[in-house]
Amino acid sequence: MKHSVIIGNGIAGTTAARWLRKLSDQKITIISSETDHFFSRTALMYIYMGHMRFEDTKPYEDWFWDKNRIDLVNDHVNSIDYAKKTLGLASGSTIQYDNLILALGSKSNMFGWPGQDLDGVGGLYNFQDLENMEKFSPGLERAVICGGGLIGIEMAEMFHSRNIPVTMLVRESSYWSNVLPPEESQMISDHINKNHIDLRLGVNLGEITDDGSGKAKSVIVKETGEEIPCGYVGLTAGVSPNVDWLKETGLEIERGIMVDDNLATNIPDVYAIGDCAQLRTPNPGRRNIEAIWYTGRMMGETVAYNITGKKVDYDPGIWFNSAKFIDIEYQVYGDMPAQHDEATESLFWKHADNEKSVRINYDKASGVIKGFNLFGIRYRHEVCEKWIKDGNHVENVLQNLGMANFDPEFYKQYEGDVVKLYNQKSGKNLTLKKKRGLRDVLSFLRS
Amino acid sequence: MKFIQNIGLGLFIISLLAFVGMLGVGHQKLSLDNIPGNEYHKKAITKAAQSEGILDTEMSNIQFVSSFKQVLKTAQKDQEEISKSGLPDGVDEWNFKIGNWKMDEYASSAVKNSAAGPVQDNPWLFFFLTFGLAIIGGLLFIIPTFFETPGIKHNGIYHNSLTRGLKVNLRSGILIFTIIAVIVYGFIREGNLFWPLVTIAIGLAISYLVFFKERSKENNPQRSASPINTGWLGVIAGFILIGFYILLYWKPEYINNWVTMVSPISEVLNGGEASRWFLYGMMYTIIMLVMGIRMLAKYQHNKYQRVRTYSVMFFQTAFAFLIPQMLAKFNMPAPDLKNMWPLDYSFFFDYRLNEMISNGTIGIFMLVWGIVLFSVGVPVFVFFFGKRWYCSWVCGCGGLAETMGDPFRQLSDKSMRAWKYERYIIHGVMVAAVVMTAGVLYTYFTNSYSILGFNTASLKSWYGFFIGAGFAGIVGTGFYPLMGNRTWCRFGCPLAGYLGLIQKFRSKFRITTNGGQCISCGNCSTYCEMGIDVRSYAQKGQDIVRSSCVGCGVCSAVCPRGVLRLENGPNTDSSSRTEELRTIHISEGEIKILG
Repeated sequence: MKHSVIIGNGIAGTTAARWLRKLSDQKITIISSETDHFFSRTALMYIYMGHMRFEDTKPYEDWFWDKNRIDLVNDHVNSIDYAKKTLGLASGSTIQYDNLILALGSKSNMFGWPGQDLDGVGGLYNFQDLENMEKFSPGLERAVICGGGLIGIEMAEMFHSRNIPVTMLVRESSYWSNVLPPEESQMISDHINKNHIDLRLGVNLGEITDDGSGKAKSVIVKETGEEIPCGYVGLTAGVSPNVDWLKETGLEIERGIMVDDNLATNIPDVYAIGDCAQLRTPNPGRRNIEAIWYTGRMMGETVAYNITGKKVDYDPGIWFNSAKFIDIEYQVYGDMPAQHDEATESLFWKHADNEKSVRINYDKASGVIKGFNLFGIRYRHEVCEKWIKDGNHVENVLQNLGMANFDPEFYKQYEGDVVKLYNQKSGKNLTLKKKRGLRDVLSFLRS
Repeated sequence: MKFIQNIGLGLFIISLLAFVGMLGVGHQKLSLDNIPGNEYHKKAITKAAQSEGILDTEMSNIQFVSSFKQVLKTAQKDQEEISKSGLPDGVDEWNFKIGNWKMDEYASSAVKNSAAGPVQDNPWLFFFLTFGLAIIGGLLFIIPTFFETPGIKHNGIYHNSLTRGLKVNLRSGILIFTIIAVIVYGFIREGNLFWPLVTIAIGLAISYLVFFKERSKENNPQRSASPINTGWLGVIAGFILIGFYILLYWKPEYINNWVTMVSPISEVLNGGEASRWFLYGMMYTIIMLVMGIRMLAKYQHNKYQRVRTYSVMFFQTAFAFLIPQMLAKFNMPAPDLKNMWPLDYSFFFDYRLNEMISNGTIGIFMLVWGIVLFSVGVPVFVFFFGKRWYCSWVCGCGGLAETMGDPFRQLSDKSMRAWKYERYIIHGVMVAAVVMTAGVLYTYFTNSYSILGFNTASLKSWYGFFIGAGFAGIVGTGFYPLMGNRTWCRFGCPLAGYLGLIQKFRSKFRITTNGGQCISCGNCSTYCEMGIDVRSYAQKGQDIVRSSCVGCGVCSAVCPRGVLRLENGPNTDSSSRTEELRTIHISEGEIKILG
């Protein structure tokens, strides 16, 4: 019986194991030194905030693995012998494999800041990071978070939930402005301020000072030299592939492990998926490393097909993502850059409460729809995706826009306002033809 | 803000202490005037009371109840002895002998009539100290939360000793102990061994099926209820609730002061003295209104939750409480017109059928309404809206769960094992309700108390005791802080079982998932009060069609990525509702990514 070994029990590794089991009868082993069982990394914040227990973040009950004959090994892989197809573990034992899947995940970026290795300094990626935050939380008078992306705002919300004052140092001139268009970025900056989080824009971390015992005492802002006393420093300037230990082992690595369309590396029978994989030929408009949940899931499924003999190219489809900024939900469908190019027209509607907005981008010349940015309003993934995939005209989309609405029943629908705005801008006289509801959606998706 | 909330909390604790403490206030003094019973019974009780020497003696309530019960036993024995040498002319047996079923009634009546003290003199003062302070305290705690920024308010739930739940072994221990204690007490009380034994046998059979036939023995449920340390405040709150239900159902002679306190209100509303059921109904309504306001504050940002909360508050206040009071005032049958069989298990009991039949047009209307509601209303409404139209919009049990029970919703057990138990138990209760009602109707039409050797009266009585009081009350509500707020609705309610079957097999209702947006975080599963592992569907992109789903909409509310939506769609049979797998995955035949 063939033996597939997966290093890493995150979403990519776990999905690979589940699909290998669905598609084959081979022996499957997952090795991880993070936790005994797969848990949802994205829910770490909710454990800290007291919304959930660690048990609740496990998508499968502990007996699931046994029942599906997936062996779990809590150990750390120290070395890989590609020729002998053998893994050397920290415990001293070895494991033989026929196929090896590297699902190694990421590590928090550290840019060589003075003091970055002190106690009371940490990122937010793995379970140990959460334990570290817990350890320094009792009696904590202030936390400083360096970096303004999705993890930064999560960490700010975590401390905020325990009434611990938070200062955020953000390099950009408004929150996440390298990804969000200026209006949305401003709206989220306002929301952060409204929650009494001390948001400092246009500044960088200079150094983290030592209190003399090896623990962080304060942060010094690079631009102003200001010293901000704090008991915890969160480093959330993004993540990068966790591959340092495999460099110079014969595996081809740039920033991540280089993989082809079948997710195979340069070494036979070795595959890489998830955050640690770098695509040689990503789809047009997509990055070669995408450290997000659903790409890990898709890669896990794709690699299982390739290992079990059905050659499948990895194809993440049309870009989508979602997040939540404290109380404002965010969804994006299609290509929605922070600064759109000349050829693109952007329709932006914002609610008077400054917490809801809809942005629709389309091609200026042809009117073909390009994407949606949504704040505080939910849209249906399949509908938006089909509009984009089929190259619908923006006016067709607008007239049917209600169909995309995925907000709960009784919620006010703003699609009419969006259409009105378009009419004002274009001098047209379009009307909204469809409202929220599953019947229209299903007939549209089947058409 | 915190300061005002702390004052509110303080007032609430004072009201709770006053509520418990007032049971010991005042005294009992039995005089000849307040001995209960007909001519013969009264004479026998008087004689026994004289020989026990309790007439005109001041006693505490607890002393009095035990002495008077002794008196009743003596009187019962005396009458039994006398009747052996022949009953007086023209007197039927049960007007002379004192039947067991009369004992509780006489004890309660004697307690009520012989009570004196501050509660009897100043009922309004005590009403203010208990209900009044609790309402003011509750509102002081809740109203400041209207000024918080709108959004999900679940911070610290698992850090709080009241709401974090308890270790699974401790929980199982308390549950098993409670069930056994209720069955043993039922045996003593009902004087019948047959149905308690049948109950135990069914319980063991279900456990056997779950553990061995369904192979759940090895599936140790880690996800059900195992925080690192037990929240003892929650355990204490559970014991307080359980204690309240025991007194209310089975020891009403000890809570006379509570009933007396609300009597002036009862007289205004229905023209009569309060009963313990009036006390319970009023308490229930007030708790639902105050905790309903809490829901309105918590879900300022969510209109579905707000509308639904207004709905349960309205149906409880109007249909369960005020309308029956008005009907009683005009000497009409006073049912809760939104309650229905088989949840309202006594609907077909002889005294209720007779009451409706003998009350002219309005009585007949009530009878027809009650039958149409469950036979036509349920299938039609569930077809269009799912069982939520009843369970989380109208029902009183559901209404309490959604208001008072909301802080405990996360404690429902999400393990596969719990789901297996659920399916056997809820359908078992459903069958029991049907069998019991069939027996009652058989007796009603034939006047025979025996079918195939089974006694319909003792089955009816045992159902009322074990399911009606033990399961729905003691476990159903008493276990809110131990097993979550829908324990009864999920495992016990025969009506929920019936609604659920229709929802599963013939309904437009389902929860749809939003393509590939799920990040498996688990908020939906954690806050599902019915213990549905919502995430297991959402992460596959599969629509959720589950018979137990009451459509509360909280999974959708707590989802950080906008993945879940309750909706009434076009297809109605369960296979086409769930087959619409819209997950992002590679399909077997043609290799493609499905949007």
